[in-house]
Amino acid sequence: MYRYDTYDQTLVDERVAQFKDQMDRYLAGRLGDEEFRPLRLQNGLYIQRHAPMLRIAIPYGMLSAVQLRAMAAISRRYDRSYGHFTTRQNLQLNWPKLEDVPAILAELAQVEMHAIQTSGNCIRNTTTDQFAGIAEDETVDPRPWCELIRQWSTLHPEFAYLPRKFKIAVTGASADRAAIQVHDIGIRLNRADDGSVKATILAGGGLGRTPMVGDIVREDLDWQHLLTYLDAIVRVYNQWGRRDNKYKARIKILVKALGVEEFRRRVEEEWAHLKDGPETLTDSAVTKATSYFPEPVRREVSAEAIEAYETLRRENRVFARFVTNNVVGHKVPGYKAVTLSLKRRELAPGDVTADQMDAVADLAEQYGFGELRVTHEQNLVLSDVPVDELETLWKALEELGMANPTVGTLADMICCPGGDFCALANAKSIPIAQALQDRFEDLDFLYDLGPLDLNISGCMNACGHHHVGNIGILGVDKKGQEFYQVSLGGRSDDNATLGKILGPSFNAEDMPNVIDKVLQVYVEQRLEDEVFVDTYHRIGMKPFKERVYA
Amino acid sequence: MPEVTAQMTSARELTDQRQGGVIRQNQLVSEDAWQVVRRDEDSNLPSYRQPALLPLAEWQSLVAAGEGSDHLAPWLASDTELTPELGEALADAPLLGVDFPNFNDGRGYTIARLMRERFGYQGEIRAIGDVLVDQLHYMSRCGISAFALRDDQYVEDALHALSSFSVSYQTSVDQKTPLFARR
Repeated sequence: MYRYDTYDQTLVDERVAQFKDQMDRYLAGRLGDEEFRPLRLQNGLYIQRHAPMLRIAIPYGMLSAVQLRAMAAISRRYDRSYGHFTTRQNLQLNWPKLEDVPAILAELAQVEMHAIQTSGNCIRNTTTDQFAGIAEDETVDPRPWCELIRQWSTLHPEFAYLPRKFKIAVTGASADRAAIQVHDIGIRLNRADDGSVKATILAGGGLGRTPMVGDIVREDLDWQHLLTYLDAIVRVYNQWGRRDNKYKARIKILVKALGVEEFRRRVEEEWAHLKDGPETLTDSAVTKATSYFPEPVRREVSAEAIEAYETLRRENRVFARFVTNNVVGHKVPGYKAVTLSLKRRELAPGDVTADQMDAVADLAEQYGFGELRVTHEQNLVLSDVPVDELETLWKALEELGMANPTVGTLADMICCPGGDFCALANAKSIPIAQALQDRFEDLDFLYDLGPLDLNISGCMNACGHHHVGNIGILGVDKKGQEFYQVSLGGRSDDNATLGKILGPSFNAEDMPNVIDKVLQVYVEQRLEDEVFVDTYHRIGMKPFKERVYA
Repeated sequence: MPEVTAQMTSARELTDQRQGGVIRQNQLVSEDAWQVVRRDEDSNLPSYRQPALLPLAEWQSLVAAGEGSDHLAPWLASDTELTPELGEALADAPLLGVDFPNFNDGRGYTIARLMRERFGYQGEIRAIGDVLVDQLHYMSRCGISAFALRDDQYVEDALHALSSFSVSYQTSVDQKTPLFARR
């Protein structure tokens, strides 16, 4: 993975010193709350319901065992010995003390980490496919490009005070696991016939209050122009995006207001000035970035070992269901990627204790070349596990409580921290997730339902991506009481679609029954192997509505 | 401000030096006579005895009337559309103000960069309005060369903030080569 050189380290160290000075001035009373606000946000620091919250960047979800151990130590020293992995592949600490944050950032810098631009109206952490570099369907490894984008966007002097937050996602595979269509900018990398990298650029997607699927702004952009093209898009947005109403300030509103044709015209006009300018990428820049993501030195896995693994899979039903749900194929025969499920009843979705972080770091060193990834579904991935070590890894994960064989099922819910922690939330989300996990814990039933994304957000900021859940749940506040609105039919894959609202909202206690009725309709109406979302789109909302509101 | 128990020692002493003023070339400008004139376009044009930064339209009218001078300069509102015609017309201005009506309004950064990089403006570009210590580094990178600090801002903090970073990844007015080409 990427390693800092002296430039990167100097910049992050200087950033730590800068923020310490800002915090000193804030605590001394010469920097007001309003003025301090964007400064702390752009260092990941929120003032939350119970305590400050610190969001630590995990660039494009790549994390080393050393870094994870450092986070475990930080969570013990400065927090309550746990952390929360988010849908943006970041890690949040929910209970740090405000005045400790500069010291936390200094400790993070020692392991090449930071919290830069994890919040605020700026370009946020770029996200990508959790199986980048190992996916069978990948044509371009997105990680070097994500790193180049990370550097370009970090402390970009022109774009620190955009109208609103700005999120970029990149994929280089044929199946989109990065949800690029619901990002401010989505980038799909592919290869031309001559092997050169081309990019398709989407803009104007996003969730939040007004969810939209992005439009294609540019197809087949030559790789050299990636950064100048991004500069052009963000510059157009910075100049023309609305600043009078924060709910209409995202780029999606601008794209929609101008129409994609006019938006594209402005971007292309701006780009005409920037094209071939100094930010144009060079072979050596890309080669250097690529050199940080080498193929690990994988030992040969013998045909006998692969056969033994297949035999075990046939004979051990419990192992087999773990493999079916939590293990995916790898471009190298004999290797697999394993998802560590962070969805278990004892802890909120995405939460990991400090001891678990240490244990996972050990596993990453033992089974995964010392690296792991964070997924936007709030799980972790070991990306390079030889099949003859899968059984021992599985047993170790069972002990850790991270082997729940439910990845991709209803039980693998995406869930924001919600009203238990977040100052923005209208309603709690974690208790809903737990109630649903309790109700639908039978594995045979979960498997019978098949792939099903259930996403929960505690408010319309949509951190839980409820719009693109096959079943989406949104917490709403009505006269101080918490209610939940259900939507159906959303998806974040290549056919990204926003869910439609089922009808009037429900009490928290009713939610398990409501979801149960929705599932009953699906089970009764599905054709053969049809998955939930396809059944929904075939039969429409009506049967669901009639059952739930009967 | 939330209650806190500050235990940290400051990296530098915070003293009560003077507040506000104009900073240029990393120092406080001792004598600066430029006044920022903010008013509606339709008011009567006065005669200016001392250097004044005028709303763009007002400055343009004076120039069109042959009354431009070395002590009259325009300031650009943050929603100014920098057309090629305007960018070139501004080349003659002795000074250029870029207004930050609110420190969260980031349009001025783009305006300053465009004036430097696209229209080759060589004179002083001065940030006016809600100009705060913690935005100076980015402003400076975008080609703003003078800063009329908001009255409550500490000069010592401003000078400190301007030297916060020795490294940057991207190109801008102050750095023509991206870091990827300098490593």
